Amino acid sequence: MAPPVQSQRSPSPSQPSGKGEVSDLKLQLRQLAGSRAPGVDDSKRDLFKKVISYMTIGIDVSSVFGEMVMCSAASDIVLKKMCYLYVGNYAKVNPDLALLTINFLQRDCKDEDPMIRGLALRSLCSLRVANLVEYLVGPLGSGLKDRSSYVRTVAVMGVLKLYHISASTCIDADFPAILKNMMFNDSETQVVANCLSALQEIWSSEASTSEEASREREGLLSKTNVYYLLNRIKEFSEWAQCLVLELVAKYVPSEGSEIFDIMNLLEDRLQHANGAVVLATIKVFLQLTLSMTDVHQQVYERIKAPLLTLVSSGSPEQSYAVLSHLHLLVMRAPFIFSSDYKHFYCQYNEPSYVKKLKLEMLTAVANESNTYEIVTELCEYAANVDIPIARESIRAVGKIALQQYDVNAIVDRLLQFLEMEKDYVTAEALVLVKDLLRKYPQWSQDCIAVVGNISSKNVQEPKAKAALIWMLGEYSKDMHDAPYILESLIENWEEEHSAEVRLHLLTAVMKCFFKRPPETQKALGAALAAGLADFHQDVHDRALFYYRLLQYNVSVAEHVVDPPKQAVSVFADTQSSEIKDRIFDEFNSLSVVYQKPSYMFTDKEHRGPLEFSDEVGNISIGIESAGTVVPVQRVEANDKDLLLSTSEKEESRGPSNNGSVYSAPSYDASAVSAAASQTLLELAISNPTVSGHAPQPSLEIDDLLGLGLPVEPAPAPSPPPLKLNSKAALDPSTFQQKWRQLPISLSQEHSISPEGVAGLTAPQALLRHMQGHSIHCIASGGQSPNFKFFFFAQKAEESSTFLVECIINTSSAKAQMKIKADDQSLSEAFSALFQSALSKFGLL
Amino acid sequence: MISQLFVLSQRGDNIVFRDYRGEVQKGSAEIFFRKVKFWKEDGQEEAPPVFNVDGVNYFHVKVVGLLFVATTRVNIAPSLVLELLQRIARVIKDYLGILNEDSLRKNFVLVYELLDEVIDFGYVQTTSTEMLKSYVFNEPIVVDAARLQSLGPAAIFMQGPKRMPGTAVTKSVVATEPGGRRREEIFVDIIEKISITFSSSGYILTSEIDGTIQMKSYLTGNPEIRLAFNDDLSIGRGGGSGYDYRSSSGSGAVILDDCNFHQSVRLDSFDMDKTLSLIPPDGEFTVMNYRLTQEFKPPFRINPLIEEAGALKAEVIIKVRADFSSSITANTIMVMMPLPKYTTRASFELEPGALGQTTDFKEANKRLEWGLKKIVGGSEHTLRAKLTFSPESHGNITKESGPVSMTFTIPMYNASKLQVKYLQIAKKSGTYNPYRWVRYVTQANSYVARI
Repeated sequence: MAPPVQSQRSPSPSQPSGKGEVSDLKLQLRQLAGSRAPGVDDSKRDLFKKVISYMTIGIDVSSVFGEMVMCSAASDIVLKKMCYLYVGNYAKVNPDLALLTINFLQRDCKDEDPMIRGLALRSLCSLRVANLVEYLVGPLGSGLKDRSSYVRTVAVMGVLKLYHISASTCIDADFPAILKNMMFNDSETQVVANCLSALQEIWSSEASTSEEASREREGLLSKTNVYYLLNRIKEFSEWAQCLVLELVAKYVPSEGSEIFDIMNLLEDRLQHANGAVVLATIKVFLQLTLSMTDVHQQVYERIKAPLLTLVSSGSPEQSYAVLSHLHLLVMRAPFIFSSDYKHFYCQYNEPSYVKKLKLEMLTAVANESNTYEIVTELCEYAANVDIPIARESIRAVGKIALQQYDVNAIVDRLLQFLEMEKDYVTAEALVLVKDLLRKYPQWSQDCIAVVGNISSKNVQEPKAKAALIWMLGEYSKDMHDAPYILESLIENWEEEHSAEVRLHLLTAVMKCFFKRPPETQKALGAALAAGLADFHQDVHDRALFYYRLLQYNVSVAEHVVDPPKQAVSVFADTQSSEIKDRIFDEFNSLSVVYQKPSYMFTDKEHRGPLEFSDEVGNISIGIESAGTVVPVQRVEANDKDLLLSTSEKEESRGPSNNGSVYSAPSYDASAVSAAASQTLLELAISNPTVSGHAPQPSLEIDDLLGLGLPVEPAPAPSPPPLKLNSKAALDPSTFQQKWRQLPISLSQEHSISPEGVAGLTAPQALLRHMQGHSIHCIASGGQSPNFKFFFFAQKAEESSTFLVECIINTSSAKAQMKIKADDQSLSEAFSALFQSALSKFGLL
Repeated sequence: MISQLFVLSQRGDNIVFRDYRGEVQKGSAEIFFRKVKFWKEDGQEEAPPVFNVDGVNYFHVKVVGLLFVATTRVNIAPSLVLELLQRIARVIKDYLGILNEDSLRKNFVLVYELLDEVIDFGYVQTTSTEMLKSYVFNEPIVVDAARLQSLGPAAIFMQGPKRMPGTAVTKSVVATEPGGRRREEIFVDIIEKISITFSSSGYILTSEIDGTIQMKSYLTGNPEIRLAFNDDLSIGRGGGSGYDYRSSSGSGAVILDDCNFHQSVRLDSFDMDKTLSLIPPDGEFTVMNYRLTQEFKPPFRINPLIEEAGALKAEVIIKVRADFSSSITANTIMVMMPLPKYTTRASFELEPGALGQTTDFKEANKRLEWGLKKIVGGSEHTLRAKLTFSPESHGNITKESGPVSMTFTIPMYNASKLQVKYLQIAKKSGTYNPYRWVRYVTQANSYVARI
């Protein structure tokens, strides 16, 4: 290329230089437009470049539209491309001028050179001007039939562009049908891939209004289609492979053997150097095996090495994306990764967002055999120069302690932290020691001795101060100085900015008073006076409440404020398992990186063409918005037995959220929708029976929501002996869908035996037992005394499915069963099988 | 699908900006840059590669100081977008020879051409340099290669003594050499990054080698290539997961934990004769990534020592020993050690006759830095630093210093012992004998000794 003519004028498109430049350009372009002098193309190129560089940095150069179009009538392809780019950018705001370009674009669409045909067609479709769509249909139609595959790939995308400008024009021209035909017949894989992308977008968006489109969209997931694409997968580019794999992940095989066929076919994709392909493949494997616990676990084992390789190769950004996914899997099934803990050690030069993930993974995989090493490593980080990470590391040590492994040694370490005399270390350690004491009160002697040595003046952070004050109140009997330390804190009431600390102070001084009245009386009086005068509403109210309570009766007050406490066995999880499952369902998407399901960060319209399962899977949205009340089950993925340990191990990471009061197993506390919780709250309160036997919200609410339908009369007996398919498979969304659609065919209540109750301490045992009887668990949850299980089974050699909801209350020794069946006439027989299976387990 | 793609300079200027779908507001580049720049008020944490602002998802990768950014409103696979951005940077580099702000500004029209073909309406079409050749018409304006850092780990071959034709790897795949003929050549780079953590007693706590084999082909006619490795190479550690330091007891076998391959690679005869065959596409690409936790001999031993000398003084002694052959020289070595916050001064003492060494005490983050231009195999170097502390209260000096970390580059050395035995180009012609370059290099990823 010739040297730029204006190179003296600093070609660097630095910063906006104003309107003068633009009108200057306009003039120069006009001069060149008609010229046929030799070398004129080079001058034009330089001017065009200038225009585009202005456009890039945001200067409005739309005023030279006419001149640009005139200049590019020539045949120089470089000029043409620049002009196309320019026109695509400004046509929308200049629809009249855009009309000028139609002519030459249409002409170029018939050019001999396929390159030019393709380029022109792409530009034509990129004009985004609604009143020009009539000019698109013709060129698109011939583009789709072009003999050049380049033009066809462009044309397919053009159809999608047209759809977005004018959906009706696109549909009326019958383009979707043509694309569908091309998808199966075109020899060029990129054309096929583009057809798939375009059809997914078009049909997903049409599906809400057109049943046909909805059917077509489902059709993309048909066995023929999926197999057709799978069989050609190696011919596709790596990016198109990702597209196909994303589709396959939604495919529901009708028989078990298909699952293995697909996995064998895709096995070598796990060795691909492109992380996007590997993750898409992993998603397929995980989704396909959801209902096959053993195989699912094998998949975890199989994908470990490829994931670790991807984490350590490639750019740091890519490595982060993969690590986020590994993090998700580790959190779901920590025990599978427990021997890989060294891979989760932090490197000094990693960014904090990577270190944070790794710390969580280290916490999760800690077990009896590796805790010592993990905690030793974490203690190294506690002295780290990176203070936020040092804090996280200390918290991680505390979490591991709360997980019960080798608490003894860990408590020593935590106490050592307190002796390090670094403010932030002390602060974090105090909070942890407090949590630890709530769970293991037996450690109080050792901890109190160390905590007693900490000067409250060195503790400034509200959380830490509150923790210290809590311990002072709780253990005031054993801490010699407690009343006096509290007293000095109360003297400085005015300087205490945190309301949380002041609230704790009130409670602590009350507790201290009950244990050591003479020493504390003065401090209590001062605290109540200060509290009553406090401008913060909560502090004021609490002070007033305590005051009145004391006035009424001191022993009642003690009973209210300082009742004997039970050790906390499990800290509430901040994220419900419903949310975790949603995120898992959205594996290989942003949900995993953000650790949020997509509905929390994406508008409905942008959730993308792949969100097939929306209507079925989206429980939490359902309850918020639905006019029809939907029974809410917490349906968990079938690898639940991998998961129970995770969800129960996690302790709360912060103040409990609004919904956490409702973390009862059977409905969605996670919607984080205050509105939903509110409604439920009102429902619960308005039901007088609730307070009677408190921990049964599930039943009550189910009933309120209309789930507890009257028992239908059982159909006439005398069914043939029923045989079940031992390899039955059902994915959670299908389960949910069926559960919603089918009526209850049987509802029964049985008493359970004490042995059975004892057996339920390990619900997995029951699940395995039932599986032995070809009855599979798809979801389970709950804590003593309420357990809830969802089972399914399929008739041998038929696809007739049975669904069971089984609620067991161990304290009342009752089991409630609701059975739904595809074929209602078989439900009696199935119920008999189900009960006999239960009784063989010793439950009935 | 992707809505916009743009490249920003270090200062946040748009160098190229392509809007594919018009779903995200025009000012996104500015929103993005402000967010990245002020991620946390204290400026301590850097922004993650993916984040969401007002419903728009921003993805970015940093390449030679440039920010390659994509935006979208849909819930897309993050690894796909990040991989794509990286790949786009690589394709641009293939075209421009050198990727940096200057070359990008000079060639932005060409870059637009590329971006138009790589993505259409937000969907990836192709990232193959070879396929793109037929769609791209602008010719690259080549910028001066001298003293410019290029993309990727192969850049290190341009430093130090001229053992490699350094400029060759910075030439464009489409540019013709003076005289109109292209030089037929192919580069195979075996790049290994070492992560190792030594305990305070010098015992190896964790170690890993992350290797990658990069290829860059300037061969015409895409002949098939066979790449043969050492016979004792094997993949997979027999199901044993994680770290078990099974001694390889002198057998010298190279056992990779795991690896992955470019999709052009065929492994048909790998088990038999440890050979990969492939038809290399144009431009630079990764043939293979591998990972190895097998025990290996670390190239450097670090021996740090802290001695307290009175209440407000201490001496730090750092010894570094090069445990490799004397025919090999490591270069650009940097040893760093965080010192206690209350350190006010550090005075250094190098060994007598030390050449090409620098020392520094970074006041701002209280860090000791010791730079060495080169270290010859078998040699040992020592640094002594006398520290002075402020009289404020201070705790355990040893606990509050360290760990010592080290960065280095060792050309023509690889710790894993993986070797390319030969590189065969299958083209039947007596006169055809292209240049073949097989180069090894080892770098520190995280090389740490605790105190």
